[in-house]
Amino acid sequence: MSDLATTARVVRALGARSIRQTFRRPQLISPIVVFPTLLLAVQTGGAGAGVELPGFPPVQSFLQFMLAGAMMQSMMLAGNSGGIAFAVDIEMGFTDRLFAAPIPRFAIVLGRLAGTAALGLFAAIWFFAIGIVFGAEIEGGVPGMLLATALVTASALAVGGIGAAIALRTGSASVVQGLFPLVLVVLFLSSAFFPQELMIEPAKTIAEYNPLSFIVEGVREPIISGIDATQTLEAVAAILGIVVLGLVLSARALRHRLRVG
Amino acid sequence: MEAATVRAAAPPAWRANLATIAALMARAKNELIRVPGAAIPGVLAPTIFFLGLNGVFGALTQLQGFETGSYESFIVPVSMLQGAGFTGAAAGVNLARDYEQGWVDRLLVSPAPRWVLLAGTVLAASLRSLVPATFVLGIAFAIGAQWPGLDGLIICYLMVAVTAAAAACWGSMLALRFKSQSAAPLMQAGMMALILLTPAYAPLALLQPWLEKVAEINPLTNVLEAARQGFVGGVTWADTWPGLLALAGLLAVLGALALREMRRTNV
Repeated sequence: MSDLATTARVVRALGARSIRQTFRRPQLISPIVVFPTLLLAVQTGGAGAGVELPGFPPVQSFLQFMLAGAMMQSMMLAGNSGGIAFAVDIEMGFTDRLFAAPIPRFAIVLGRLAGTAALGLFAAIWFFAIGIVFGAEIEGGVPGMLLATALVTASALAVGGIGAAIALRTGSASVVQGLFPLVLVVLFLSSAFFPQELMIEPAKTIAEYNPLSFIVEGVREPIISGIDATQTLEAVAAILGIVVLGLVLSARALRHRLRVG
Repeated sequence: MEAATVRAAAPPAWRANLATIAALMARAKNELIRVPGAAIPGVLAPTIFFLGLNGVFGALTQLQGFETGSYESFIVPVSMLQGAGFTGAAAGVNLARDYEQGWVDRLLVSPAPRWVLLAGTVLAASLRSLVPATFVLGIAFAIGAQWPGLDGLIICYLMVAVTAAAAACWGSMLALRFKSQSAAPLMQAGMMALILLTPAYAPLALLQPWLEKVAEINPLTNVLEAARQGFVGGVTWADTWPGLLALAGLLAVLGALALREMRRTNV
């Protein structure tokens, strides 16, 4: 078997393990599914009248507008949960056993990221299903859904890279878990939940430059109006930026982990 | 003669019970002092929600039918109650951890009645909830929330403390049923749902019809309205008593369920 095929097998096995691990532990799956779904319901029901505000983009319903935000929240928390599970593996010595195995070290990180990306894919499908069941129209049709799903999956991979880097660097599940509030801050300071033009300062200005806002708009556009090349490219550029950051941080953290053991 | 002397020296039951409750509360306080980091998420989460919701949904006050022009005043009681919910849920998680580590077994073989053991956990959570509430309130005042008046403030704190007690009963019930910290998401999600399925983000009249219906039957709506009244207008008895009644009912039901689980738990 070629090296590439072996690596792909390792990545697939570790990715499948991380997905099973997430679905078996309520504390890992609930932030990805339960909390974003609950918040989607509450925010749609509670702030739905916001679509009547002057300046709100034309949408069929607030649920349609909010779907992208819920996907982003779920995707960010999937990255965080992936980091926590990775840190638990380090704490319990499982990663040490993998380091001793005759497999490339980067495959260990890639396996975890593959699992996180799969959870991002699951989040996109879950929220599309909820949206369609509760009457949200997807203006971009099937191609729009596929594009949005691909963007959510890719951004889960990107954010997972940062979670994995922190897990590798600290080797502590509680430290990674402590980043949960930061995830909320990044979300609130983006256009995930409301149009950026209608937000209150300083959140409005921060949201304008927050990379997550570009990703959210890239995911939202196919849902509320149709595929837009500019916003898609901006979202892809933001995801690539986070991927590069995650890879650099992960590579450095991996070297650190191998050095300190 | 000797037995009679021992009987005479034994403190009355009510005093022993009070001493046990005080000891359990002191243990919870010690935990707060010795592991301050453990309290940070409980303080941070409602604060982030408060600042985040204010920044994101602040423009909702422009809608016709909104009872105040200050969204920070409108939303701060929600965040204070959220803090209470998180603190109560944390009490449940701590109880589950104590069970896993064998500490609850030692309590159960002590001569203390079960309700005393539960009361110690619940009252400690009630007191602890004042920490996130005060922190969020301080931030709210700093960014311009309206002063609710002394009566409004006292009612708000009362609602927060009793909500935390109810949340602690909920958390304790789940902790004793599942006997595992894995039940933590259920403890947190349950309270979060109860607090947010109310006119948390906008007045009742501006909610979507389904949420309006849910909020109307949710007892926490009355609690929130009572806690909020001073921040968005004047304090009235008509807005206060439904909140008190709702909390008394919640505490009675959840307290009874938690006590039942406590009595069912064997060493």
